[in-house]
Amino acid sequence: MGKRNLISVGILAGIYLIVQLLVSRGVLLAYDLQILGLVCINIMLAVSLNLINGFTGQFSIGHAGFFGIGAYASAYLTVVHDMPFLLALIIGGLFAALIGICIGLPTLRLEGDYLAIATLGFGEIIRVVILNIPAVGGARGFSGISRSTTFGTAYVFMILTVIILKNFISSKHGRACIAIREDELASETLGINTTFYKVAAFTIGAFFAGLAGGLYSHFMGYINPAANQIGFMKSIDILIMVVLGGLGSITGSIAAAIFLTLIPEFLRSLAEYRMVVYPIILILIMLFRPSGLLGGKELSWDVLSSFYRRVTGKAQKQQGVSTNGS
Amino acid sequence: MQWQILVAQLINGIALGSTYALIALGYTMVYGIIRLINFAHGDIFMLGAYFGLIAISTFKLPLVPAMLLSMLAAAVVGIVLDRVAYRPLRQSPRITVLITAIGASLLIQSLSQLIFGADFRSYPDTAIPIKIIRLGSVIITNRQIIIFGTAIVLMILLHLIVNYTKFGKAMRAVSMDKEAAQLMGINVDRIIALTFAIGSALAAAAGILVGILYNSVDPYMGTLPGLKAFVAAVLGGIGIIPGAVIGGFLMGIAENLVVAFGSSTYRDAVAFAILILILLIKPSGLLGKRVHEKV
Repeated sequence: MGKRNLISVGILAGIYLIVQLLVSRGVLLAYDLQILGLVCINIMLAVSLNLINGFTGQFSIGHAGFFGIGAYASAYLTVVHDMPFLLALIIGGLFAALIGICIGLPTLRLEGDYLAIATLGFGEIIRVVILNIPAVGGARGFSGISRSTTFGTAYVFMILTVIILKNFISSKHGRACIAIREDELASETLGINTTFYKVAAFTIGAFFAGLAGGLYSHFMGYINPAANQIGFMKSIDILIMVVLGGLGSITGSIAAAIFLTLIPEFLRSLAEYRMVVYPIILILIMLFRPSGLLGGKELSWDVLSSFYRRVTGKAQKQQGVSTNGS
Repeated sequence: MQWQILVAQLINGIALGSTYALIALGYTMVYGIIRLINFAHGDIFMLGAYFGLIAISTFKLPLVPAMLLSMLAAAVVGIVLDRVAYRPLRQSPRITVLITAIGASLLIQSLSQLIFGADFRSYPDTAIPIKIIRLGSVIITNRQIIIFGTAIVLMILLHLIVNYTKFGKAMRAVSMDKEAAQLMGINVDRIIALTFAIGSALAAAAGILVGILYNSVDPYMGTLPGLKAFVAAVLGGIGIIPGAVIGGFLMGIAENLVVAFGSSTYRDAVAFAILILILLIKPSGLLGKRVHEKV
């Protein structure tokens, strides 16, 4: 295990160093770096929503609301109260988590599509409330936020988010969440406090979405309360990442977040058709592979090495057969 | 606050509410029959507004034939949507179908933006020349009366279809028990397709009425009214046809009262506040009966 973790750390550090090298060589421009930062932020959003939707089975489509709370709360703290960036970031996340508890307690009694619509409603209410707070710019948006987030900050926070959520999911508490997804009634019978775990998952998801929001507003230096920034459209974007990658697959969410953040850049020449292709992909996935690309499975060293062994093992076997035959 | 303003806002609320009610009927019928929140329904409403606009301004049709044509076209879109996106997923988990519906909604929006352009367009003033009717000190426009009247006529028609025709009977049977209905020789898929057709036609009519009421049509006009109409359907009790009508009117009135007494920036939050209250207090809606969870 230790060796594998070392390999992982090496690869992650390597990616960072390669990016920095490409930037210093002028291959990656400021704009590219911005896209890479957005990839990290979107990974945080997708993985944290996957904890709620994929692992705990509670279908939320209001995730952008927490993103918005974190973005605005931390920006308010740094701009108006001159708070240090990292402290404001954490407080923004905690504030999103607090709202998450307040929303989660009453709504998580609902199920399925009713829960989906209720979370959608709360998400929109959060957006309208933010829109009506003059101290954060109202409909004009909140500008003049210091650009404290660098690609490096976003990258480190993304890795921390993934590690923490992965460990949570493999812990006793995470197993309880998965049990609730599989059969709520049965897990309650087995003594799992379903309300507690549902609200806990929701709150943890909200916390990381809030962190992502704080990173985002300090990355762009500006945020506005439009539907595609912190509203319904953004929630749907995050949902699509989770669904495409596979409900209940962290690596799937990561892959989908990378893919869906980068693909608009490559389809720029087809900008007009981009918004047509996007939903078609979504519908086709639902029609032909509703469990998402990875479908609840994880890409891990074990899977990769067993795959490698299978491929090479097969080759050796065939070789053996052919030598025997000759 | 003068009482005239209150009455004026009530009248506005009823006019707006009748369009919500028409959209909500489609939601509630589809939900009643296949337990799907058809997210694309709001976009069919938008398409209806565009079809009507094209019929009136390009083909110079009078209002009534334009509306009938638009309803027909929207019904076709509804059937195609069901056939292509939803029918293959009849046996899938509901969340899968819900995500497909979200995808369909986005697809219709972006296709319309491509075809019709992203700009606002408006109905020619000649569609319904505006007339002001004074009742004492209360002012009503003829457009509000036409909108309310059209909505009522369509609702009565729907009531007759659902309660007194063979199709309506089959539809009610399918919504009660799909398998049993199939055993009785009902072609379930055809009934579902017809339900989509009728719901979409009603939404298209609402689209034209809203287009005339607000005099603006754009590819994203369907999202918010769609969500609000869905809330109206939940408020009345989803799956229950009279519930959708009551919910629609209540929503329209509540929204306009908030504008009258509070801030217009909060008008879009009203719908969701109502939704959350109703889900927490009586999730089955005003007219709904409580259903116990079976183990």
